[in-house]
Amino acid sequence: MRQLNVLQQWLFGRRRDEQWPLILGQRRIFIVPSAAGMLFAVVLLVMLIGAINYDLSLGHALIFLLTGLGLVAMVHSFHNLFGLRLTPGRAEATFVGALARFPLQVENPRRQQRRALELSFSAQPVVAVDLPAEGSASITLPCLAQRRGRLDPGRVTLVTRYPLGLFRAWSYIHPSWSCLVYPKPLRTPLPPVSAASVAEHRRGDGGQEDFAGLRPRQPSDPTRHIAWKAVARRTDEQALLVKQFAGGASDELWLDWSLTPGDRDSEERLSILAGWIMLADEQQACYGLRLPDQQITPATGSAHRAACLQTLALYQTEETRDAA
Amino acid sequence: MRPSPPQPIDQAAVPWLLAVALATASPHGEHLPPWLSVLFAAALLWRLWLWWQRRPLPPRWLLALLVLAALSGIAWQYRSLLGRDSGVAMLVIFMALKPLEMKTRRDAMVVIMLGFFLLLTHYFYSQSIPTGLWLLASCTLLTAALIRLHGGSQPPAAIIRQAGLLLLQALPFMLILYLLFPRVSGPLWGLPQDAHAGRSGLSNEMAPGSISNLILSGAIAFRSHFAGGIPEKADLYWRGPVLDAYDGLTWRASIPAAGRPRMVPVVEARGTPYSYSSIIEAHGQRWLLALDVATSLPAGAVQAPTLEVLAREPLRARSRFAFTSSVDYHANRSETAAALQQALALPPMINPRARALAEQWKSRPPARIADAVLSLFRNEDFHYTLRPPLLGADAVDEFLFGTRRGFCEHYASAFVFLLRAAGVPARVVAGYQGGEVNPVDGYLIVRQSDAHAWAEVWLAGEGWVRYDPTAAVAPSRIEQGIVAALPQDEPLPAIVGLDADWLRQLRYRWEAANNAWNQWVLGYNPQRQRDILSRFGMANPDWQGMSAALAVLSGVALLLVTVWTLPRRRRADPAQRAWQRYCKALARRGVTRAAWEGPIAFARRVAVERPQLAALTSEAARCYAALRYGRGDSEQLLVLQECVHRLPARWRTSP
Repeated sequence: MRQLNVLQQWLFGRRRDEQWPLILGQRRIFIVPSAAGMLFAVVLLVMLIGAINYDLSLGHALIFLLTGLGLVAMVHSFHNLFGLRLTPGRAEATFVGALARFPLQVENPRRQQRRALELSFSAQPVVAVDLPAEGSASITLPCLAQRRGRLDPGRVTLVTRYPLGLFRAWSYIHPSWSCLVYPKPLRTPLPPVSAASVAEHRRGDGGQEDFAGLRPRQPSDPTRHIAWKAVARRTDEQALLVKQFAGGASDELWLDWSLTPGDRDSEERLSILAGWIMLADEQQACYGLRLPDQQITPATGSAHRAACLQTLALYQTEETRDAA
Repeated sequence: MRPSPPQPIDQAAVPWLLAVALATASPHGEHLPPWLSVLFAAALLWRLWLWWQRRPLPPRWLLALLVLAALSGIAWQYRSLLGRDSGVAMLVIFMALKPLEMKTRRDAMVVIMLGFFLLLTHYFYSQSIPTGLWLLASCTLLTAALIRLHGGSQPPAAIIRQAGLLLLQALPFMLILYLLFPRVSGPLWGLPQDAHAGRSGLSNEMAPGSISNLILSGAIAFRSHFAGGIPEKADLYWRGPVLDAYDGLTWRASIPAAGRPRMVPVVEARGTPYSYSSIIEAHGQRWLLALDVATSLPAGAVQAPTLEVLAREPLRARSRFAFTSSVDYHANRSETAAALQQALALPPMINPRARALAEQWKSRPPARIADAVLSLFRNEDFHYTLRPPLLGADAVDEFLFGTRRGFCEHYASAFVFLLRAAGVPARVVAGYQGGEVNPVDGYLIVRQSDAHAWAEVWLAGEGWVRYDPTAAVAPSRIEQGIVAALPQDEPLPAIVGLDADWLRQLRYRWEAANNAWNQWVLGYNPQRQRDILSRFGMANPDWQGMSAALAVLSGVALLLVTVWTLPRRRRADPAQRAWQRYCKALARRGVTRAAWEGPIAFARRVAVERPQLAALTSEAARCYAALRYGRGDSEQLLVLQECVHRLPARWRTSP
């Protein structure tokens, strides 16, 4: 197994590609007969034995024509990849459980079309693309984001079996590609503003928030916020109501690690934080993020949201630990 | 490399695969039992309907049942599952039923491989030019189906064009391999019983009607190519079996060819010998149909004491043989007593009137007796016809004194009977007489319709002398051929009857093409391969030399195909080339145009960085912009092309 790895290393290389656009040359293209090609060879061999045995001249001609066809198909499969120009794009961040999308520009500088190019990360869905003569295509390669942090999708395998399926020609492309994977947002209601400010900052001290309305209670709401009077007035046995506050200086919402349920594991607490960020962003609130070892001062906007989510994504991952 | 998961077949590719099944299997309909053809057609139509209606495929158990039923049907039909015909029938059935379980691309590949295999089986039955063309057409279709399967949806014309291109590129490989692939002469193992079914030709006996049946066939028996001139038509007697035993009904060879004593005939040839080679169609017998009488034989052949040339093995495939013959000869001036005895034997009691007639001639010298019989045929009311009345037990009597209508076998038979009855040794010779020269390639074509029987008489001091009693009745049969000899209302032999001039020309061309095909394609055996290669300078090539040449030539061809398909850059137009040259020249002087920089912007930058080049560059840029983006004229192109030369020399400007 180890020898195999060494062989693979030697054959295919594992270094990342640095020069863009990448032009596929013959050093990068590998080609072997496909399973169908093997079957074809066996069929030809059996046919040859038959033709010799029955002394069929036309049979010989047929077999030789098909042999030539196989050789020509090999050349064509190779040329279907040869000279392709590839330029990777920047990948957008995504959430755990969603697909990360890596854009790749594929150009065909040649005056013949190229067909049935299949690109994929290993063990990921395959994207098939046809390129017209002197045309290009922008494709996005999907890669399932399974873990929070920085996702390195690895190398792209570019395969083609065109035109006859008798050969599998392939090439590996390994851009320095990565994308951030945020924790999967868990939709829970935002922590109350007062709670956030009171708990840590004592800002406003209960007097400055404007009462903004009532909403059904969620398990994460502190009991202090239950609108007992409003609950008492209601005749139907509905859920408890909590007071909501808005406006004033208190719209500096702090999304604090310590406000997440302490009995959950840290990944889940990060998910809750991510959910809060999404919700706060939707409500265009001014929010800050506080984690045990770092904090981001309150602000609004998509850049802020991205910064917050990135902090969550990289929270206590190898990357941040190395940086520390 | 990971194994790819089974890929479902693109539904739009299904018609392509059904077309493949149809194209590769349907020519077998000619010799398959009708029920199999019906089953095949029904299965394909069923699949087509399922595809059309987007219905699911039938369950596996149903297909398994169908396969079992069809296989037992084949086993019952052919009494075996192992022969050539039953094997083909099984392949056809698989081809019919496989599309019904075709779900994945892998299934489709099986259909296509089956198609390739089925193509090969056609050549068991025919290797004619049309079959060869069918090979090319079917191969194109199979290739197109492969392209459709792996290249996705495209207009059918584009797919067919691509397939044609691939095959065109494969053709050189086919030619190289065909010429150089070391040929092995088969068979590698025993062939099945039915491998050589259905051959027609002369048989080793002459029963009533056997020759007239042959005469009605237009099939070619053999072709001969003469190195020098071709003998007179009247001298073109091609010797087949010599029939010297008569039982009153049928003439046979007294001893089967295999059991004859190894006695070499003594032939004294006179005149210039003719050397020629014959390409003889497979007839399943040993005789080689040499021109009477052969003086030198092809390797491996022997001459029987009765002068016919025999191959060592029965002729199972069309083969070429080289002979020398002399038409003026004395053969076996001294004959063995046994042979003479055999040439006098007659069954007792039959044909009393013929015997009585012969009795009157007994006192004459043998040659005069033969002449008497010929003049009898010539002067009495005898007729040449292919539809003679049926004869009874005393066939010769009935013919001589009753019906008087017949063709060569009647005349030869009666002639020999009369001579033997008169005590002159005589025998019947079967073979072919005449032939037709194809003006296109100069080959003499001898057909089954030229089948003939004549007589030989042994005259002391002269040996065996040929007498053709038919010539006495219908001299035109010998001079001009069968058509001229037959009465108007007789059915004419196939093909031969076509007399229209343009049709005859067409036929000559077609037959010449067929002859070339036979020699170059079908007759390309180890011997011929050696001949061709030695003509190309490979004296005495062995398989190692051939393999080496094969590898080298294939490599060269592969390189050519690679270059052919190499990416070709579009050639820049002259304006662009001139501008690029100018920019390159500037780059050598230290100002490099960025890829994104347009001509005007670049000129502006040059004006800042190299003021001394400003005017020239701006002129070049203006010309280029006008040519490229505006309505530039040829004058501007000239100016632009000149700009490079007007650049100051490098040393003056380079920093």
